[in-house]
Amino acid sequence: MSVMLVLIFFSISTALLFLIAFVWAVRNGQFEDDYTPSVRILLDDVASSIEPNPKITPNQTPSLTPESHASGQV
Amino acid sequence: MQADKFSYDNRIVRLFMIASVTFGVVGMLVGLLAAMQLYWPELNFGMPYTSFGRIRPLHTNAVIFAFIGNAMFMGIYYALPRLCKSPMFSPFLSRVNFWGWQLIILAAAITLPLGITTSKEYAELEWPIDIAIALIWVVFGINMIGTLVKRRERHIYVAIWFFIATWVTVAVLHIVNSFELPVSLFKSYSLYAGVQDALVQWWYGHNAVAFFLTTPFLGLMYYYLPKAAERPVYSYRLSILHFWTLIFLYIWAGPHHLLYSTLPDWAQSLGVVFSIMLIAPSWGGMVNGLLTLRGAWDKVQENPVLKFMVVAVTCYGMSTFEGPMLSLKNVNAIAHFSDWVVAHVHIGGLGWNGFMIFGMLYWLVPKLYGREIFSVKLANAHFWLGSLGIIFYAVPMYFAALVQGLMWKEFTPEGILKYPNFLETTLQIIPMYMLRSIGGALYLIGVFVMIYNLMKTAYAGKFIGEEYAEAPPLSPATHPEPGEHWHRRLFERRPFLLTIFATVAILIGGVVELVPTFLIESNVPTIASVKPYTPLELEGRDIYIREGCVGCHSQLVRPFRSETARYGEYSKSGEYVYDHPFLWGSKRTGPDLQRVGKKYPDSWHYRHMYEPGDMAPGSIMPAYSWLHENTLDLSDLKGKISAMRILGVPYPEGYEDQAEADLQTQANSITKNLKSEGVNTSSDKEIIALIAYLQRLGTDIKLKKTESTNN
Repeated sequence: MSVMLVLIFFSISTALLFLIAFVWAVRNGQFEDDYTPSVRILLDDVASSIEPNPKITPNQTPSLTPESHASGQV
Repeated sequence: MQADKFSYDNRIVRLFMIASVTFGVVGMLVGLLAAMQLYWPELNFGMPYTSFGRIRPLHTNAVIFAFIGNAMFMGIYYALPRLCKSPMFSPFLSRVNFWGWQLIILAAAITLPLGITTSKEYAELEWPIDIAIALIWVVFGINMIGTLVKRRERHIYVAIWFFIATWVTVAVLHIVNSFELPVSLFKSYSLYAGVQDALVQWWYGHNAVAFFLTTPFLGLMYYYLPKAAERPVYSYRLSILHFWTLIFLYIWAGPHHLLYSTLPDWAQSLGVVFSIMLIAPSWGGMVNGLLTLRGAWDKVQENPVLKFMVVAVTCYGMSTFEGPMLSLKNVNAIAHFSDWVVAHVHIGGLGWNGFMIFGMLYWLVPKLYGREIFSVKLANAHFWLGSLGIIFYAVPMYFAALVQGLMWKEFTPEGILKYPNFLETTLQIIPMYMLRSIGGALYLIGVFVMIYNLMKTAYAGKFIGEEYAEAPPLSPATHPEPGEHWHRRLFERRPFLLTIFATVAILIGGVVELVPTFLIESNVPTIASVKPYTPLELEGRDIYIREGCVGCHSQLVRPFRSETARYGEYSKSGEYVYDHPFLWGSKRTGPDLQRVGKKYPDSWHYRHMYEPGDMAPGSIMPAYSWLHENTLDLSDLKGKISAMRILGVPYPEGYEDQAEADLQTQANSITKNLKSEGVNTSSDKEIIALIAYLQRLGTDIKLKKTESTNN
């Protein structure tokens, strides 16, 4: 069953990789704020109206009708 | 600070979307055909290319890698740039990723019906395609990590962690499981043999489910569910916990696919323990998803996107509870090899993956085309068709599994098997197979309704190929502080590059050092009477692989009285040392074949393969009449012998030159034997090789006194 050594080696290596990533993430402060990121993703960074884009006219901007379904974020 | 202006590429999202839906229809149609063949074998149209053994892998590959895989790319290529506030790293690499992936799917769609397969489940594709998958996967990784490096948002949202885990782990799994020695362009042998091959395969198989069907879709859930509900995820903290616990536990659960096999007990137990532990993070994730909708269930009533996602997350919860239960040894004893496993994977596939994809599509298409969905009513109709489809699929399969699993194990008071004829247990569940295909058909009709709805939406709107956005650049936080060491910069500032380098280094190191040393030299036979296959048997085994017999017949007798009474002596790991690849199978639609050798006369096999119903009235096995006409192709025989020798099978030096003569001698003796039993055929037909292989199976350690039970 020497193949187990191979699998354990690869499994542990992968786990170590994730451990390094985890330690990095903690020390980088990735998990310090455990609320704002969940709200931030709800906001879209739609280009401001400084230079109106010819390709997007207001009524083509994706689904702004509130009572429709899913979308509706600004 | 001046904001950067940039745009998101929606065209690549649309490409993956079209591919996903198209291949979804194809994959489900093939699945429906396979399901119907189980009660109507003539539906293979008498052609090798459409017989069950060949289209089953076509179905699984199409739905996993083409339908779900393309949808995964679709979801990531939309969500990742928005989460990073940066366009994808390279539009060119995005296209390479797309077209490369479609070419791989095309190659699969051609090779699998032709019988070009490694026979390892969900890794059936032959070595040139395996290499292509690895390359395209690297392209995807570079594109994703490049985007992360260029990101304008310092925080890495939890969804992205799931995407990274998907990429890293699938790369490792695919490479380790695909070590194979090519014989020709379309034929290779697994580097591992027997029980070792089985362990690697199910380490891969389980984690393919974990990291191809689960983690990417959890990432997508953490993006699209809050977006659709317009509210943040219930607990962001829980989602982070969900991620880290899940990835550290998942990779150890693979051996639960091999309970009661010849795998060492401690490894089996390890798999069980980790499987049970997995309930915690999985249910944490499910609860997090469902609670996101707390106080907003009125939205679920109105919004088809949320309806689909709620059912998807619920199915995730059901599957991840059922999985650990199935890996308990006492449950597994009944459920393994039965239709329970089929039901289980379809709760996951149809419910979790399918409904997540439909939810994403109903959300994305209006976004991409700047229009509301054409018809909410039709979307609701799709929802109910799909949900009914899942129920009609799963419930009959559970019922079939319990009925058949218990029939297999039932003894009369006198102590003999109550249902010694395997076929009897199969015929009992035929009505369930019919109901199941109705479930599948309902689900597929729902998909057609969706396609109509989405196309109407698209035609009414105008495709927004580039979506313009702006975001402030990330302030450079990476100024080296005075006195900072170089390794701090390397390890703390460049985590993603580091991830890549580390993976590559690990893989190269592993390949070079470990694999040859451990695997080939350790394959010494532990049972003296176990001998390598003769050239004719080897060719017959390759026909067995080509026709996908392993899809319905296991070659593993578990140490239960009900199995030893039915099939014979239970399996020993020493019997499989020359099996490159292993052929244990995972489903018994027909009986186990580990001890079939010498149980029936040659002519029985000849006639049975020509028309199974003649030998076993009512049999649902398809006929393999082409084997009786095709001439056995010996062009690779020399290559096969020497490849096997490299893998450690003790054929003597120079045996290549003698192999063909030996093969002819054995073929002639089988032909002669057939003639004495009233069958006239010539010795160069494929069926002769297959008979040679079947008659050899399990005879190396078979007791001299043959068991009197028949199956």
